[in-house]
Amino acid sequence: METPLTQNIGPGKAPPNLAQYQANGGYEGLRNALNVSPEAAMDVVKESNLSGRGGAGFPTGLKWSFVPSGENSPTPKYLVANGDEMEPGTFKDRLLVEGDPHQLIEGMIISAYAIGASVGFIFLRCEYVLAAERCEKAIAECLENNLLGKDILGSGFDFELYVHGSAGRYICGEETALINSLEGRRANPRAKPPFPQVSGLWGKPTVVNNVETLCNVPHILRNGAEWYQNLGIGADSGTKLYGASGRVKTPGTWELPLGVPVRDLIEKHGGGMQDGYKMKGFLPGGGSTDFLTGEHLDLPMNYESIGKAGSRMGTGQLIIMDDQVCPVGMVLNLIQFFAQESCGWCTPCRDGLPQIQHLLEKLERGEGSWEELETLAEFPRFLGPGNTFCALAPGAVEPLQSALKYFKDDFDNHIKQKCCPYG
Amino acid sequence: MPTIVIDGEPYDVDGDKNLLETCLQLDKDLPYFCWHPAMGSVGSCRQCAVTQYQDENDERGRMVMSCMTPITDGMIVSLKDEATQEFRDSCIETVMTNHPHDCPVCEEGGECHLQDMTNMSGHTQRVYQGPKRTHRNQDLGPFINHEMNRCIACYRCVRYYQDYVGDTDLQAQGSGAKVFFGRHKDGALESEFSGNLVEVCPTGVFTDKTFSKHFVRKWDLQSAPSVCMHCAIGCNTSPGERNGTLRRIVNRYNGDVNGYFLCDRGRFGYDFVNDQRRLAEPLVQQGDSLDSTDRDDALAQYANLSADCEVIGIGSPRASLEANFALQQLVGEDNFYSGLASSEQALHQTSLTVLESTSALIASLRQVEQADAVLVLGEDILNTAPRLALAVKQATKNLGLNMAADARIPSWQAAAVKNLAQNQRSPLFMLTPAATRMDSIAQSCHNDVPANLARLGMAIANAIDGGAPGVNDLDDQEKELVAVIAETLKGASKPLVISGSGCFDVAVVQAAANISRALAAENDKAAIHLVLPEVNSLGLAMLCSKKPEADLNAAMKRTVDQVNGQAAVVVLENDLYRRAGKGLVDDFFDAAQSVVVIDSFHNDTTARAQLALPAATFAESEGTMVSSEARAQRYFAVHNTEGYVASSWKWLAELNKSVSWTHLDQLTAACANSSPLLAGITLAAPDREFRLNDQKVARQSHRYSGRGSATAHISVNETRVAQDDESALAFSMEGRQSNLPPALQPGIWSPGWNSNEAINKFQDEIGGHLKGGDPGIRLLDKATAGTQSGWFDSIPQKSMPGSQGYRLVPLHHIFGSEEFSSGSNAIAQRSPKPYAALCAADASALEVDQQGWLKVELNSGQWTLSVAVDDSLPRGVLGLPSGLTGLGGLQGAAYGGSASISKTQSPVIASDQTSGGGE
Ligand SMILES: Cc1cc2nc3c(=O)[nH]c(=O)nc-3n(C[C@H](O)[C@H](O)[C@H](O)COP(=O)(O)O)c2cc1C
Ligand code: SF4
Ligand code: SF4
Ligand code: SF4
Ligand code: FES
Repeated sequence: METPLTQNIGPGKAPPNLAQYQANGGYEGLRNALNVSPEAAMDVVKESNLSGRGGAGFPTGLKWSFVPSGENSPTPKYLVANGDEMEPGTFKDRLLVEGDPHQLIEGMIISAYAIGASVGFIFLRCEYVLAAERCEKAIAECLENNLLGKDILGSGFDFELYVHGSAGRYICGEETALINSLEGRRANPRAKPPFPQVSGLWGKPTVVNNVETLCNVPHILRNGAEWYQNLGIGADSGTKLYGASGRVKTPGTWELPLGVPVRDLIEKHGGGMQDGYKMKGFLPGGGSTDFLTGEHLDLPMNYESIGKAGSRMGTGQLIIMDDQVCPVGMVLNLIQFFAQESCGWCTPCRDGLPQIQHLLEKLERGEGSWEELETLAEFPRFLGPGNTFCALAPGAVEPLQSALKYFKDDFDNHIKQKCCPYG
Repeated sequence: MPTIVIDGEPYDVDGDKNLLETCLQLDKDLPYFCWHPAMGSVGSCRQCAVTQYQDENDERGRMVMSCMTPITDGMIVSLKDEATQEFRDSCIETVMTNHPHDCPVCEEGGECHLQDMTNMSGHTQRVYQGPKRTHRNQDLGPFINHEMNRCIACYRCVRYYQDYVGDTDLQAQGSGAKVFFGRHKDGALESEFSGNLVEVCPTGVFTDKTFSKHFVRKWDLQSAPSVCMHCAIGCNTSPGERNGTLRRIVNRYNGDVNGYFLCDRGRFGYDFVNDQRRLAEPLVQQGDSLDSTDRDDALAQYANLSADCEVIGIGSPRASLEANFALQQLVGEDNFYSGLASSEQALHQTSLTVLESTSALIASLRQVEQADAVLVLGEDILNTAPRLALAVKQATKNLGLNMAADARIPSWQAAAVKNLAQNQRSPLFMLTPAATRMDSIAQSCHNDVPANLARLGMAIANAIDGGAPGVNDLDDQEKELVAVIAETLKGASKPLVISGSGCFDVAVVQAAANISRALAAENDKAAIHLVLPEVNSLGLAMLCSKKPEADLNAAMKRTVDQVNGQAAVVVLENDLYRRAGKGLVDDFFDAAQSVVVIDSFHNDTTARAQLALPAATFAESEGTMVSSEARAQRYFAVHNTEGYVASSWKWLAELNKSVSWTHLDQLTAACANSSPLLAGITLAAPDREFRLNDQKVARQSHRYSGRGSATAHISVNETRVAQDDESALAFSMEGRQSNLPPALQPGIWSPGWNSNEAINKFQDEIGGHLKGGDPGIRLLDKATAGTQSGWFDSIPQKSMPGSQGYRLVPLHHIFGSEEFSSGSNAIAQRSPKPYAALCAADASALEVDQQGWLKVELNSGQWTLSVAVDDSLPRGVLGLPSGLTGLGGLQGAAYGGSASISKTQSPVIASDQTSGGGE
């Protein structure tokens, strides 16, 4: 099984420096890209079927193709690596940036070349201080070796790259809020259209890609689209960083072919549930995805089948809820996070989430009522897709909405017993 | 024209608008908060949701925010669909969870968009029982209150303040449900336009602090259509009165003039009307004092004082056309003088000549906003004509709008337009004596003394059109500036030149005229706007245009030289000590046999009167004013006069035995007949005979509390309401409330729309003209070819400041430089203390710093003033604030000249100020 993304990463292993990275095939993808036209480089990525790893799984090549090109198109163009990664239960981008910063940088140079960007930013979660340090160091090495800056490797292509630390908001991961934040404005999302590819950072064409997405690009350019397609299972292309947290025996993050069954993640890689605990449900892709349960264990972990099951693959990082965790308490914990992280721009999210939190708190304390439970159940629709300005709110209510579907008894018991049954 | 279907009905609609605007324009009620007609859409409040269907077969539809949805031909939508109705209801319910529900004590109540939208969306039952978030409120200065707990986080305030106006000291802070709208710390808001927050905010967070001081419920206010008295722009206002006290001013929409916004001087400057210094009764000199008397005695006194002598009339740019005309008729044309010093008279007459014969458009504020390149020559518009400055700020956004159009982003997509344009702006050039707060949005700025600015202006005209006189001895830097400005204006599709009398320099106005003429030769969209200082400066100039030499100095000279001791002088609403040096005015009054003053206030001039007649202010009288765009506008009494107070025109009509003017309309007509220039003024508003279905127009809303109830604990006797014989308006709640001609509309109200947001119902399109036409009538516009002027060809000498003493330049202050508003407490709190400004190099040469004091000596007097270092001033230039009460005796006339200054000690006693009022 090939694991291109993590080939240089391992427990206790320092990130490769430029020489070490190059010794393992690093920057070969870049050289291949620079040997062909930007369009041809973009075509390879299109053909590879690489899809965005930021959560929505949007085809990366297609996203790039919306960037206006040609003589009269606006300049400069920007490329941003989204390393905000504040999704609860998710730590895959951190692994990639800390473990192999050159891989991200190479991916960014190639991507920038394909879309004609001349300036790039690595936008990192504010706590990712080590990642930022390692990026800075790698960028310095690149600058010394003509891999960044003017006329990269004699190709005539110029690209500057900067590291930017977030001020620490979940919403900064939303690509348009990220752009506002980079501009020094409040991190409120922007309306689309216009899409960032047309009018993004400082009003210029901008592509925002997830860190993991970009890390795939060097390997695609090095080994070809077909090779990449074959890495995945079935129709899926490439590998994916999957992870599991909760009471499994060996929680962690692993690079696996896209489309592995959920069961493998929990039982094989996660080592199964800890003794004395049973799996009750799991959030497949971070704190903003719907619960799935035991009946979904044999689904392939890909965007399509998890979506069909009523959830989202999101970041692919499972959060496992066992039978000794109160679902109401777990949902409350997540809602607290999202209510705090709401950017405050639109009404349903800003003022709806605190209400949900209030109702859940009462319920969890055993002070809830049937009427309140009914009110609570109306919120997921009120904060649903299209009703709010961005996708934070619909994501925030996904655990609640699915918990009410799968674990309704637990909610009821809080009212009946006038306390949390889990103690 | 696209056709769309709303709830089954097809409509032909304007494709440039968004769906919310379209629905409102079709007179549909759809709730909204964050959208604002002047600021476009951002989609944050989610209140305007509607259902859109893919086609006829789509039965479920999809919810969209109407304010963020462009019109497409054939689109099918529903406002009544249950799902979105329910959503709109939930949205209100959600936004109200933190709202204090304090309507009974909230000053917004009754005129509250949140109340209206809550009713409209059907939310009645509060379910949430949890705690509410609370905020600490801030002291934002003398103008507005801050009660953040009422906030619904619609972001209108910060979008208005930052994006529309361009100021930065009001910010959204924090995030989530705790988001806070305020300053980084307590303190007065810096913007000159902060007062509009009161109307922009849909809730009671920002309310009018001056109104709070004498608050009454808004439905208990009596209102009338009025015009702002505080500069020559002529913004339309709706003042509100109760029990004889003027309580507040709000904006009255005029699609050509002020649109949705006023400046803070206009909104908060009204309180002078309620001032202790009002003249309440006629005063007659008895020995050394002025004693009150009654009307009949006053009239008899006048007959005595004016018997067997020449009567000289002194007019005023702050009095109506009718009052000035009545005075002119009383004393005869030969004895009527404008009341302006010669230098200002010359300025105003030059401006009038330019406007009369211009080949360029005379720009209304709407046209100003459409300009794509603006040159401001000499005028500190932010302080002399503030609302004009706000319009210029909008003009600089046209580049962004054009960029957006190219990128197919609709103009109402406010955030997207802003993000695309970033800091790119349409060109604005600021050539002014000192730096202004507009400079940050200008492409380039240049500070110099007026004569040198005029030279630059002349050179710009010459660079655009070689036929215009040229200027030879410019330095290289000036040449480059001239070339850039000329190129830019020439290349623009709607270039605009703004200048005015603020520099007190005729050459500056002439230079602006040359530029506009040069531009207009090639471009029929080229425009000019000349700022004048006072509300009726242009009207007075028109009235005096047949005898421009008849100014205040001529009146003084004639009285002293020729008719010494033989003349009665009648001064109309004019404190002559603000117009000319104290010595001159004293001599004038000494030489007069008697002085009769008609004014609303005690001032230095009334102190010299043998007879003072108490005049109504704008709030209790009616008349016509001509704004700087030559728009004649009628204002109407908000409430009746009390006691012996009467409109100036009424006093003058009574004094005049040879006419029988019983109504303003007769005077207006006579004034219109007196000069072709003024012929149009009768059309400014419907006359007193006007009726709608035999009814007058009610000044009071139908919700006005019963007349008796306010005093019912004392007496239930109901007195007859005051009668208004001068207009088609009634001091009553009885009468027409709807379908009014815009010029007679006292305030804005529509069923279900109790706040100013109701304006949507009165426009021909959102943000457009009022149905029935914007009030006022233009007296001048682009002149016909034969009557257009030639070039002004006198080019001033290059001025070398510092060569003979310090060159004086005027520095204007929105708060403090204007006479009426300085008499209002809130404005007075914001006005600066008198000071002398000079650049750092000059300050250090004089060995003074910001804490130091200077003795300033002029021909007209001397002052001890604190130092203000302003490094935008060139060396050898001294800036003195214009019009401040503490600088009495310093008039416009002084500004052409020079001063000698020296370091001095801090003054210990006020009498150090040898001249004028003092503080
Ligand atoms: C509330 C919110 C938070 C998000 N946080 C992240 C994040 O931390 N990292 C990320 O890559 N994408 C995040 N996204 C998704 C981004 O908006 C965007 O879709 C993504 O960066 C695109 O990258 P991709 O095309 O490579 O997947 C977030 C979206 C939302 C609505
Ligand atoms: S849903 Fe609305 S309030 Fe919530 S984060 Fe997005 S834009 Fe902000
Ligand atoms: S203060 Fe007023 S305008 Fe500002 S966000 Fe709150 S409700 Fe809206
Ligand atoms: S700009 Fe002039 S007319 Fe308009 S509100 Fe201000 S002071 Fe009044
Ligand atoms: S008015 Fe449309 S979202 Fe606020």
